[in-house]
Amino acid sequence: MNIIKFLDQFSNIDLKNASASRREMFSQLGSYGKKAAFAAIPFGLGVTKSNAATMAFFGHVGPLNLALTLEYLESDFYNRALLSNVVPSGRPLDVYEQIAKHENAHVALLESVLGSDAVDKPIFDFTLGGAFDPFNATNPQAYAQLLTLAQAFEDTGVRAYKGQAGNLAGTPYLAPALRIHSVEARHAAEVRRLRSAYYNMELNDNGLGWITLNKQLNVRPMVPAAVYAGEELTVQAGVNLTSLGNGYSAESASQSFDEPITGEEAVAIATPFFA
Amino acid sequence: MKKNLENDQKTIQERSKSAVDRRKFLKIGGLAVAGTSLMLYSCESEALTETDLSDSDEMFRKENKGRQVYNLGKGDLGILRYAYVLEQLEAAFYQNVVDGGYWMNSANAEEKLVFEDIYQHEKIHRDWFEKVLMPFENGKSERVLPKLEFDFSSINFNDRDSVMRNSILLEDTGVSAYNGAGPLLMNTDYLLLAGKIVSVEARHASTLRSLYGNTKYFAGDDVVNEQGLDLFSTPQEVLAAASGFIVTKINAQQLPTY
Repeated sequence: MNIIKFLDQFSNIDLKNASASRREMFSQLGSYGKKAAFAAIPFGLGVTKSNAATMAFFGHVGPLNLALTLEYLESDFYNRALLSNVVPSGRPLDVYEQIAKHENAHVALLESVLGSDAVDKPIFDFTLGGAFDPFNATNPQAYAQLLTLAQAFEDTGVRAYKGQAGNLAGTPYLAPALRIHSVEARHAAEVRRLRSAYYNMELNDNGLGWITLNKQLNVRPMVPAAVYAGEELTVQAGVNLTSLGNGYSAESASQSFDEPITGEEAVAIATPFFA
Repeated sequence: MKKNLENDQKTIQERSKSAVDRRKFLKIGGLAVAGTSLMLYSCESEALTETDLSDSDEMFRKENKGRQVYNLGKGDLGILRYAYVLEQLEAAFYQNVVDGGYWMNSANAEEKLVFEDIYQHEKIHRDWFEKVLMPFENGKSERVLPKLEFDFSSINFNDRDSVMRNSILLEDTGVSAYNGAGPLLMNTDYLLLAGKIVSVEARHASTLRSLYGNTKYFAGDDVVNEQGLDLFSTPQEVLAAASGFIVTKINAQQLPTY
């Protein structure tokens, strides 16, 4: 059974009974435990100390399996893009090759860390129900679609890793997760710039390597709005950035801090790409 | 953030205590389940307390052979002060960039825009740290606003090559520093805030590398290893590497370590 069907199965769990359900899953680890562990991500980690073993187990396996799922999505996307003959040679192909190398390395690393707890690799569908045909070299819109998808995946990846950092605090997995997080941010900046270069919009505020408010270039196809929802914050830790010093613009303030998303939000963005 | 950092000291202590409890708890749980090497990450960082604050107060800015010493102190507060030093360094550097001959006379439109934006971001980071650290420093302005002295005499701000190479060095160092500082923080609110900043530093590094180097330099093999992992440095390593730019002596001896 694939991940989404598993997520659906668990979507009606009563939150009050979630920890009991997790205990049950924990005791049944083996045949489907690793899938259950991933399915448990959306329900938070509000367990008591009496569940110490369960807490520790789900403490890192859930976040790392979320990460692995997103890395599977990215690596599958870039590997297929490289085989498609859609990506122009020169800078675009070089960028995609370099990113593919990193995403494949992330998959290998997370699989190795998770061992038998690793979630199965899902089957992906990048056509969005027929709206996209990004790997078809005869589709004149294919490269534009690749650019949009790459930007969506990279900016989402940055937000998703950021959102899981706290869940990995105090474990040996936080450091590697942070080190992947900043690599995704490097990727994100470059695919954003590659896309703005394609449209000759390098000087547009919304085409830079950083995210301005919750905006993006006004070119089709657009990145799903959910990828940038909440990025427009200008208050951090209760401090209004625009009133610091001699004052800063809301644009600069929002660019200066990237915002996290929860596991649920990351899964919601990725869900349309699960076959 | 449920609450901002301007909480009273009591709340800080409570939070830190619960972070200690949580870490101990995770250690035990982790070892029980996986037998992993969690002990490698055992914390030498300690909760913020009144005593720690007065300790660092006494040691702050002692004269040492004519050089001022900025003592970072210990625990999470020490890490935040460390990040604040780096943001001050970056903001001062970019002030020089946008006042320099390269940016004013020879940078192209895209480069001018990129440097202007980055300068704004680093100033915002600097001013934000100043604001959030204020309540921790008992209102002593010399601790909130240490007059750090920087030396950029090795950089030619009229020269694109010099500006680019040093900008990239600083941004990569920032990424490396935040990646290394994150696991030393006890409080996950601070961890998230550091995470919000580090990805912006990584976007800077990538953009500057893309403008300056070859087509794969944005995340080049010199900064991302074979496992796909970015740079990672301890505060001691970063401060040693940055010592050429920072004249003021920074005492990081009490910072948490790995």
